[in-house]
Amino acid sequence: MLAMFKKELRSYFRGVTGFVFIALLLVVLGLYASMICFSYGSPHYEYVFYNCSFIFLIAIPVLTMRSFSEERRQKTDQLLYSLPVSTAQIVVGKYLAMLCVFAIPILVACIYPLHVRLYDPSGLLSYTAIYSAILAFFCLGAALISIGMFISSLTENVFVSAIVSFVTLLICYLMGQLADAFPDAPSATTIVFAIMIFLLSLLAFFMTKSVTVGWISFLIMEVPIVVISFAKPTLLEGLLPKVFSVLSMFDRFYMFADGMFDVKVIIYFASISVLFTLFTVQSMEKRRWI
Amino acid sequence: MIEVRNLTKKYGDHVAVDDLNFTVEDGLIYGFLGPNGAGKSTTMNIITGCLSATSGEVFIDGHDIFKEPRKAKASIGFLPEQPPLYLDMTPLEYLDFVAEMKGVRKKDRPEAINAVMEKTGLIDVRNRLIKNISKGYKQRVGLAQAILGNPKVIILDEPTVGLDPAQIIEIRALIKSLAAEHTVIFSSHILSEVSEICQRILIISQGKLVAEDTPENLESRFVTTPVLTVSVKGSPDAVCAGLQTLEGVTDMQITEGENGTTEAVLTCEKGVDIKEALALAMLQNGCLILRLEESRASLEDVFIVLTAQQPAVPVPQADAAEAGTALEVDAQTVLDGTAESAYDAYAPFDKPADEPETPDDPDEPDMTAQEGGEDDAGNV
Repeated sequence: MLAMFKKELRSYFRGVTGFVFIALLLVVLGLYASMICFSYGSPHYEYVFYNCSFIFLIAIPVLTMRSFSEERRQKTDQLLYSLPVSTAQIVVGKYLAMLCVFAIPILVACIYPLHVRLYDPSGLLSYTAIYSAILAFFCLGAALISIGMFISSLTENVFVSAIVSFVTLLICYLMGQLADAFPDAPSATTIVFAIMIFLLSLLAFFMTKSVTVGWISFLIMEVPIVVISFAKPTLLEGLLPKVFSVLSMFDRFYMFADGMFDVKVIIYFASISVLFTLFTVQSMEKRRWI
Repeated sequence: MIEVRNLTKKYGDHVAVDDLNFTVEDGLIYGFLGPNGAGKSTTMNIITGCLSATSGEVFIDGHDIFKEPRKAKASIGFLPEQPPLYLDMTPLEYLDFVAEMKGVRKKDRPEAINAVMEKTGLIDVRNRLIKNISKGYKQRVGLAQAILGNPKVIILDEPTVGLDPAQIIEIRALIKSLAAEHTVIFSSHILSEVSEICQRILIISQGKLVAEDTPENLESRFVTTPVLTVSVKGSPDAVCAGLQTLEGVTDMQITEGENGTTEAVLTCEKGVDIKEALALAMLQNGCLILRLEESRASLEDVFIVLTAQQPAVPVPQADAAEAGTALEVDAQTVLDGTAESAYDAYAPFDKPADEPETPDDPDEPDMTAQEGGEDDAGNV
C-alpha cells in the first residue's frame, strides 16, 4: 500500500497533473480570498470556500481521471493483479495519494486566516468557523475524489473518465437546486424515479455486461415505486426533493460556510468516501471476472 | 510446482480454456505452444491471478491462486504479452516500486535490483525514462520485473514477439540462464524457439492440452518411417536395378528427371538406415548420387498435426497409446506428401472437428503397415 502510495504521489509531480490541480485550487482560493477578505474587508474567510466549491467540478476530474483508466490503457493493471498485494491495498494506496495531493493547497489555505487576522481590527474573525469550514471543504473534496476514482475505474479511456466525472460532479453540484425545481406531484415523482432507476440499471448493466442483471435491478427498484404510486400515491408526495436533499453533498458543506459545525456531515462525507472506495475495489475485482 | 486441475474459462459462450489439466515440475523450462487464440494467454493470466476461472483449480507451490492469492502470487513472476511498464518512470524507479510491492525488504532492495539489472543488461539505461528506451530494452525491463524477488516460477507470455533477431537470441539466452534457479514457463508460437530452449513442451489447441512431452520425444513419436528422396545421375533402369538390391525399402517411386537424372522416393522400414547401402549400390550400377534428402517429422509437423484437428478426447497420459497411433497416421500423411504441403494439414481447421484426416489413397501400402506399428507409443 505504501509502495503504491509513494509511486502515485511521485507520478503526480512527475507530470503536470499534480501541479495543474494544485494551481487551479490555489488560484481560485487566492482570487476569492483577495476579493472577499481584502477588497471588501470581510473577516469571514469561510465564505471563500462557499464561493470556491465550484472549482471541484474541474479540479477533481483532473486529479482522478487517470488513476485507473491509465493503468488499464497501458495494461499495467496486469502487473498490479499479478503482484502479491490485494486490490484493496492498491485502491487505498492510490486514494491516499490523491488525498495527499489535495491536502497541499488546503494546507496553504490554512495560512490565509492568520494573514487576514492582521487586517481585521474588528475582531470578528473566528478561527473555529474558518478551520471547520476548511475541514468540511477537505472532506467534501475527499468524497468527490472517491467518486471520480470510481468512475475512472469503469473505463480505460481517460477522456471518457474525465467527462463522466465532470457531469456527475455537476449533477451533485446542482442537486440542491434540482430538489427545488422538481414538482411535488406523485405522478411527476414516479416518472423522475423511473428515469433515475433506468439510469442506475444502465450503470449496473455496463458494470456487469449482463442484460439479466440490468433488468433485474431495474425491476427490483421500479416495481415498488409503481406499486406505491397506485396503492398510496400520497407517500410519494414531496419524496423527490427529500431524496435530492439527502444526496446533496454541496448543500451540506454550505452549512459549514455559514458557520455551523455538524459532525453528522463529516461522517456523511467519510461514508461516501469509504463507499466509493469499496465500489472501486469491486470494480477492479470485477474486471478479473469478465 | 504448478498444478492446474480441470481449468475452464468461458467468455460468454466462447470457451477459451476447456477442462485443462497439467502439472509443472520444478527446475525445468516449459514451452507453452499453440496457434493464436488457443488459450495460451488466458491460461497464463489465470495461473498468475490476473483473471478468474469459470471453474477448476490452480495450485502454485501448494497454494490455491483463488483462495490464497497473496501466498500463491509471491512465488510467481509474470511478464504479460505487453510488458506492463509505467512509461514516466525510469527502469530503476520502476524496479524499486515492483520490489517494494513484492515485499523485498528495504535493505535488500538495491542489491536485488542491481542483480536483475545486470542479468537483463539494463545498467546502461537505468536512469532513462522507460518511454524513451527501445522496445528491446522495454521487454528487458518487463523481464527484470518478473524475475525480481527471486520467484520460484517465472511465467513469460510471448517474450520474444516484436524483437529483432539479435534481441531474440539474447532473450532466449537469458531464459536459458534462468532455468538454473527458477521454473520457467513461456508461451510462443515460434517452434524453433520452443524446441531450442524448452525441456518440456505443452501443446494447447482450442483450449485443450493435446500433448505434453520433451521436444525429442514429441519428434520421435512421429518419426516412424524415414523417407529418402534421391536425385541420381543415371538412367531410371540402372537406378531401378541398383535399388532392387537394397534391403529394407518398403516402397519406391522412380521418375525420370532432367539432363539424364533420375529421382527416386524411397520409403524405408522403421529404424533402418539405408543411406550407406544406397550410395554403394548406386556406385556399383554406375550412377552418381547428386542429392540425398531425408525427411523426418520435425516439431513443426507435430505441431501442425496436433493443433490442426481437435481430438475427440483430450490426450491425458493414460490414453496416449491409442492417441499416439491415431496421430501417427496423421503425421504420416504429412510426411508422405499425401497432404501436398505441410500447410494443407491446416485445412481441417475449417472442417468439422470430428472429421479425421485419413488418406483414402489405396496405392499406399505403407499406410496399412503403419497403423499396426505402435512400438514407440511408449514414449508418450
